Amino acid sequence: MVTATTPIKAESRDLNFYYSNGTRALKGISMPLYENKITALIGPSGCGKSTFLRCFNRMHDLYPGNKYDGQIVMHPDNTNVLAHGVDPIEVRMRISMVFQKPNPFPKSIYENVAYGLRVRGEKNKRNIDDKVEEALKGAALWEEAKNRLHDLAFNLSGGQQQRLCIARALATDPEIMLFDEPTSALDPIATANIEELMSELRNKLTILVVTHNMQQAARVSDYTAYMYLGELIEYGDTDMIFTRPTRKETEDYITGKFG
Amino acid sequence: MATQVLQNPLELPISARLAKNLKRNFVERVIEFMLMLAALSAVATTLAIVFVLIYESFAFFEHVSIVAFLTDTQWTPLFEDAHYGIMPLVAGTLTTSIIALLVAVPIGTIGAIYLSEFASHKTREIVKPILELLVGVPTVVFGYFALLFVTPMLQKIFPGLPSFNMLGPGIVMGIMIIPYISSVAEDAMRAVPMSMREGSYAMGATRFQTAIRVVTPAATSGIVAAYILGISRAVGETMVVAIAAGQQPNLTFDPMESAATITAYIVQVAMGDLPHGSIGYQSIFAAGLVLMIMTLVFNILGHLTRKKFREAY
Ligand SMILES: Nc1ncnc2c1ncn2[C@@H]1O[C@H](COP(=O)(O)OP(=O)(O)OP(=O)(O)O)[C@@H](O)[C@H]1O
Ligand SMILES: [Mg+2]
Repeated sequence: MVTATTPIKAESRDLNFYYSNGTRALKGISMPLYENKITALIGPSGCGKSTFLRCFNRMHDLYPGNKYDGQIVMHPDNTNVLAHGVDPIEVRMRISMVFQKPNPFPKSIYENVAYGLRVRGEKNKRNIDDKVEEALKGAALWEEAKNRLHDLAFNLSGGQQQRLCIARALATDPEIMLFDEPTSALDPIATANIEELMSELRNKLTILVVTHNMQQAARVSDYTAYMYLGELIEYGDTDMIFTRPTRKETEDYITGKFG
Repeated sequence: MATQVLQNPLELPISARLAKNLKRNFVERVIEFMLMLAALSAVATTLAIVFVLIYESFAFFEHVSIVAFLTDTQWTPLFEDAHYGIMPLVAGTLTTSIIALLVAVPIGTIGAIYLSEFASHKTREIVKPILELLVGVPTVVFGYFALLFVTPMLQKIFPGLPSFNMLGPGIVMGIMIIPYISSVAEDAMRAVPMSMREGSYAMGATRFQTAIRVVTPAATSGIVAAYILGISRAVGETMVVAIAAGQQPNLTFDPMESAATITAYIVQVAMGDLPHGSIGYQSIFAAGLVLMIMTLVFNILGHLTRKKFREAY
């Protein structure tokens, strides 16, 4: 891996985060997301992985009283997405997200994928049709869904629903995609499908993925970050983290001695 | 310290084990039976009402043909020249109910969306008790409110409006129903899981888009239930129309005219002293039967709509 020449898509700089009850869930996290790479976040339950991920698209703004302190800067435009003047909706237009549990809307398959375009005011049916098809193909769901585009999304299987959610997130051409344990509710085959999909998506965008599954992190990611109690303990090439971690805590966690 | 080791129940002779189960089973059965009795009492009451309605209506229809009942344009059972056409009462009931729903459905729905998706915790804590207070106001009060306040106000806008009319009580009935619709619809919307809202926000949707495009469709089944409740309330409402709509059976759908509804007729007659078994007395039951059938039809329609929209999250 030629880290030195890979451009950085986004980076957090000394990021702290406080929940409304005063919990300091992130402690001074600084870390890059390299462009067109997959970065995996690992660490024991409650260490702040989801909290960190959800800072990128300002999901914490949905609940009153949460506080960010620090920066998440996007490149090449150098926008700090956490800055007060920045509209979270604009941020979410550039950074999309796939959740742990598939959460399709109570709409047809087609309308689920078209949702992001519709909320952006797109009216042209031809454009929407094209985008929906492209996104479903990108999410490897086109073959299964093309003859039932107007069926209710809830009629899909769990793995299909998760691919639908990926298609939905893809349809708006985001620059970064956040995945919060995207396969934890899926069986091994559906999991393998999603992992393969993520590897392909890397060509189009930058990915940050939270996972509890060590093998998954090793399989899909280019970089890995190990978090513990709200702190970033170690960050590096996935190969390096999994074969020669420099910190004892990382090694203990990866080898299963802890966590 | 207990030195005796507790006996493993599986080592007891089979009869002893069964005896224990029998006792537990007996208690379970008694509880189950009492719960069933409680549930049955509601069903039994409903059945009794239906039975009385049908029984007394039968007597009524021995004197009046069903054709005349459905086609005659006048309802004057207590007059010398008696007519038994139910349609004037049905028209009054439908007209006032439709006016009420035109008021209550939009305001109730918007109120529910506001309370569930936009209002802060604090606002909700203040608004909800006020709405609940509105539910507790006796309907007589609403009746006089319609007669003495709303109708005079409407007369300033429509100078020809008679003191007794369907518009005023219809509007007031609508106001009366708003809390029912908004609270049931709000509960349905709040039951929509947060993960669905997060999915919408994560796609870059605004709060309004999320409320209208995701939360409302997800809650459709509950919102329809709220409308059914509203319709049932409107069709069955008595005091407001009895006081403010005029008690004059009148085959018209014009809200500017006075009219009587089925319920208004029933109280009017029930409060007089008609001899038990007279045809006037029996006419109450025939009217009541029609009212019940109307409510039933609305409920079935609502049920079908709900089924169509039922969502699994
Ligand atoms: N809404 C909240 N309010 C207050 N504290 C919270 C809230 N959500 C999470 N926390 C706390 O913040 C810390 C980090 O939580 P987070 O959900 O980010 O952990 P995680 O690493 O994603 O865990 P998991 O692997 O179980 O998903 C935890 O200590 C948690 O208790
Ligand atoms: Mg998490």
